[in-house]
Amino acid sequence: MPINRRDFLKFSAGAGLLAGAGVDSAVAATEKPPQLPKDAVGILYDATLCIGCMACMVNCKRTNAEPGGALYHREAEGQVPYEYPESGDAIYDAPLRLSGKTLCIIKAYRAEGDAVEPDAPHSSFIKQHCLHCIDPPCVSVCPVRALQKQSDTGIVTYNKHRCFGCRYCQVACPFGIPQFEWEKASPSIVKCQLCNHRLAQGKFSACCEFCPTGASIFGPVEELREEAKRRLALKPGDTYNYQVQHVDGRQRTEKVVSRYVDHIYGMDEAGGTQYLFLAGVEFNKLGFNPHISNEIYPRLTWSYISQVPALIGTLLVVGTVTRLVTQRIEKNKDANQKSTDEADAS
Amino acid sequence: MESNPTIKTWTPVTAVLLLFIVTGSMAMLYRLVFGLGATTNLSDAYPWGFWLGLDVLGGVAMAAGGFIIACAVYLFNWKKYRPIVRPAILTAFLGYLMAVVAICLDIGHPFRIWHPMFMWQYHSVMWVVAMHVIFYTATLGLEFSPMLFERLGWEKARRAVGKVMVAAVIFGVMLSTLHQSSLGAVYLIAQSKMSPLWWDTKLPFQFLVSAVAMGLAMVSVETMLSRKFLHHKVDKEIFYGLARGTLIVLSFYLLLKLYQLFVVSGVGLAFNGSMQANMYLLEMLIGVIIPVALLAMKSIRRNTSWIFSINLLVISGVLLNRLNVGLFSMEEYFASHGLSYSPSWMEFLVSLGIISLGIFLYKMSAKHLPLFSH
Repeated sequence: MPINRRDFLKFSAGAGLLAGAGVDSAVAATEKPPQLPKDAVGILYDATLCIGCMACMVNCKRTNAEPGGALYHREAEGQVPYEYPESGDAIYDAPLRLSGKTLCIIKAYRAEGDAVEPDAPHSSFIKQHCLHCIDPPCVSVCPVRALQKQSDTGIVTYNKHRCFGCRYCQVACPFGIPQFEWEKASPSIVKCQLCNHRLAQGKFSACCEFCPTGASIFGPVEELREEAKRRLALKPGDTYNYQVQHVDGRQRTEKVVSRYVDHIYGMDEAGGTQYLFLAGVEFNKLGFNPHISNEIYPRLTWSYISQVPALIGTLLVVGTVTRLVTQRIEKNKDANQKSTDEADAS
Repeated sequence: MESNPTIKTWTPVTAVLLLFIVTGSMAMLYRLVFGLGATTNLSDAYPWGFWLGLDVLGGVAMAAGGFIIACAVYLFNWKKYRPIVRPAILTAFLGYLMAVVAICLDIGHPFRIWHPMFMWQYHSVMWVVAMHVIFYTATLGLEFSPMLFERLGWEKARRAVGKVMVAAVIFGVMLSTLHQSSLGAVYLIAQSKMSPLWWDTKLPFQFLVSAVAMGLAMVSVETMLSRKFLHHKVDKEIFYGLARGTLIVLSFYLLLKLYQLFVVSGVGLAFNGSMQANMYLLEMLIGVIIPVALLAMKSIRRNTSWIFSINLLVISGVLLNRLNVGLFSMEEYFASHGLSYSPSWMEFLVSLGIISLGIFLYKMSAKHLPLFSH
């Protein structure tokens, strides 16, 4: 037989490497950008209107502790999971960060020392909760489909009966949103589900419904995008009739326009989100991870996974052919002997 | 066949192993009853910690020796390595069983471990990994079973497995290759949180190559140990061959990492004195650069005590790489959230228990099964 054994091994090793290298070269050039679901709803948070009253936080907790809410647990029926301050009296809800008991939190930024620019505002509030990505990393990584994106509203929901607690969603979410109930022996992931249960009752997200200033408004994402663009075009110092609660503008409040940073956060970040932000302070200062890009994160994974079926086939073929060829070489080498039988191989 | 009389069951080592197994089991029980928060120092910023980094990522990488040696013997027909194919398969089997135990403890609902089998989500690398673990552990069980059948004298069963052995090896090599790289692919999506010293689109391939290097080193170490303590008679040529293999694979890995450092992440990042930079340098030095430099010398490559020490370096280096990818690569992100993590004593106890169980089972297999007969 003409094939030289050494060369053949070189070839098969090379084929293996090629197969491995192919994984990396996958470029998602042909894929379209993620499409907004047809009835996508979301929130526009305008930090320049937020007074930090935290009505959103406390009403988020209260309404989500009701049956169907993201904080509802049958064993704790009727209890609202308030987190009291570590020192002092247990009189008000004072969580420090998102947790298994807090879906939504208002944080404050204060400019310090040299960082203060003469023109820029010295402080701002920021409201953190799930951004409901258009192509959510958490949904793409969940191995049991406990996290799902609703095809109509685009809300990212969670089913605790499917979840087996691997916490990959926590690793994958660039915004650090999903939280885990560490203290429980039977834990769940906890995250904002945009008051999905209230939507079914004809209401909408509690954080918007109870916001007295119009800092958080609810509505179809397309309309929120339009509104955000309109606000960026306003002139600081003019007055504007801001919507309250809902982008439909049935309730409005007239206010003097503050200066905006010329950016709508959530328009393109992580491929776009259904929760949009406007602010007077650079978003990096408001606690957003500066390394978050406009990358559609699930595609990083898909460029690997989409190659797996081809790799399975390639590896099986390469393995089988290698075995056949080395056996042939063996036979030729010991032409007089009978080749060793398979049973011996074990 | 009879049990191997030269291996004594009761030795001080066995006693220590059993002690660790018992204390580890108690910590595991505590975790099952009281949950992860009571047992570990994990938090929402550090959802994955020591168990996942060391026991799962490290354990699976250590098990890579099984598919490499099986591939060398059954597919490449390198007969020289036949004496170590059974120990290598056993190590891989035990390694995967240990990883499965660690995964079961690490997930929030151990008794829902079967969920991925019925709730498919093929967009998730975790699901792909879960499938690999299930199929490969089963395949390793099949590859291991002839030892058991020989011991029990079940000739028919042994013959039946013998008929499908080569198919099982081909299937196992495919699964293992993909599983090792998939573990790296798990981290592709965490781009915004990880340092570019580790995050790279070629992470899956890097995981595969480093696992091969570590698997070779691991098989070598374990054969040297069983040669010394369990009286397994093997030719020194095997160690020389494995050392040569380690050198080749590790040199290739070094090239991959250098390319990433110089072309992708930027060389300055490794020398800025930060904790991440130092962890990166440590990992590269002990796991890759020093071993390659030493193994490149023929006199060292053909000296078993040198090889033993170098192997330990390679193993620690790759383990450190897994801990770095899983934990330290995200240090900057975590620190910006004002949170830190170090494993609790119970996390250590559980890991120690799991590793001790693996060693104990290996020793018992060496005594009671035809592990070293070939």
